[in-house]
Amino acid sequence: MIIAERKPFKEIQEMVAPYGNVLIVGCGTCVAVCLAGGEKEVGLLAAQLKLARNLAGQAGRLGEITVERQCDREFIEPLQESAADYEAVISTACGAGVQFLAALLKEKPVFPALNTTFIGVNEAAGHYTERCRSCHQCYLGITGGICPVTMCTKGLLNGPCGGTVAGKCEVDPERPCAWCEIYERLESQGRLGQIEAILPLHPHSRTTSPGTVIHPAYLRRYAAHE
Amino acid sequence: MEASKVIPTAPVAEFQPKILALVCTYCTYTAADMAGSARMQYPPTVRIVKYLCTGRIDILHILKAFEAGADAVMVSGCEAGSCHFLEGNLRARERVEYAKKLLAEIGLEPERLEMFEVAASDAPKWVMVVREMTERVKKLGPSPLHREGGSPAQVAAAVQRVVAQ
Repeated sequence: MIIAERKPFKEIQEMVAPYGNVLIVGCGTCVAVCLAGGEKEVGLLAAQLKLARNLAGQAGRLGEITVERQCDREFIEPLQESAADYEAVISTACGAGVQFLAALLKEKPVFPALNTTFIGVNEAAGHYTERCRSCHQCYLGITGGICPVTMCTKGLLNGPCGGTVAGKCEVDPERPCAWCEIYERLESQGRLGQIEAILPLHPHSRTTSPGTVIHPAYLRRYAAHE
Repeated sequence: MEASKVIPTAPVAEFQPKILALVCTYCTYTAADMAGSARMQYPPTVRIVKYLCTGRIDILHILKAFEAGADAVMVSGCEAGSCHFLEGNLRARERVEYAKKLLAEIGLEPERLEMFEVAASDAPKWVMVVREMTERVKKLGPSPLHREGGSPAQVAAAVQRVVAQ
């Protein structure tokens, strides 16, 4: 899922300082799981902003609403009505959600409350680590389920490099060398031969523009827009 | 104008803090109950909200208490290692530490929030922590968020509403 962290309170406070009535819109999917932007976090941010505004003697109403997902038009469309009474909106979604909401509420300033960090996993409560760079070309099938693009500090497709020291990375001696792990994983599965395959150049060209994916079943429907 | 119309001003009463105590039923509440039964004297500054376990206490409950006009909030549970639900008090401590950071971010003194541990048999300690917290809040003065009409009962009622949600 997408992992995000809440921005420092001061930054959020300053962004919405010029506005009286502000609606805080939460997102109930990825950022709710990583405790950054779900219903609970919207409540906390609203409570904090209310207290801070009371302290500063600033008037204005703070609304709270959380939708299932902000990256789906059907969930955010009803927000047009909800946001009508507010001068500005704070979105606690990832960058995608904030942009989708900002595009929907064109006339209204929409501010992000989070810094979107990476695609990762839930190691334990409150502990998240990165796993995927969404690089358009997945190598996990031949690297034993360990991503060289993400887990290798240098993103090497044909490793390990000369900087691996006793299974650790030269960039950070605390960090395991992804390619050593790939070697061990492949060896334990009896398919070490795969490590000899030379991977071709990574198709970086695919990542140079905002990506678009059209499901093959919908090609005819969207062909006119392409 | 008649001089007799001048209304004499009442003597300024000493600031009596409004402290909300969020306590667990197994330890601190029992201790507070015992302090009452034993007629131990302590300042009438606290209003108690009883939880089944301090692990249920949400940061939002603490923030709402300040919003409703509490001068301070004290969370009090079992001693470390003796939680009826194993680690509820440890979780509460983590939350209180986090809530203190949130208070500091908005410019409210984090000292207005504190976590205590009072065992079920330790009524004198309950009396001590209430005195300690009362003295601390008297030094800090009324909460800058304090609004007229925020009586201790109203503060407690505001938290009860949040808990019931």
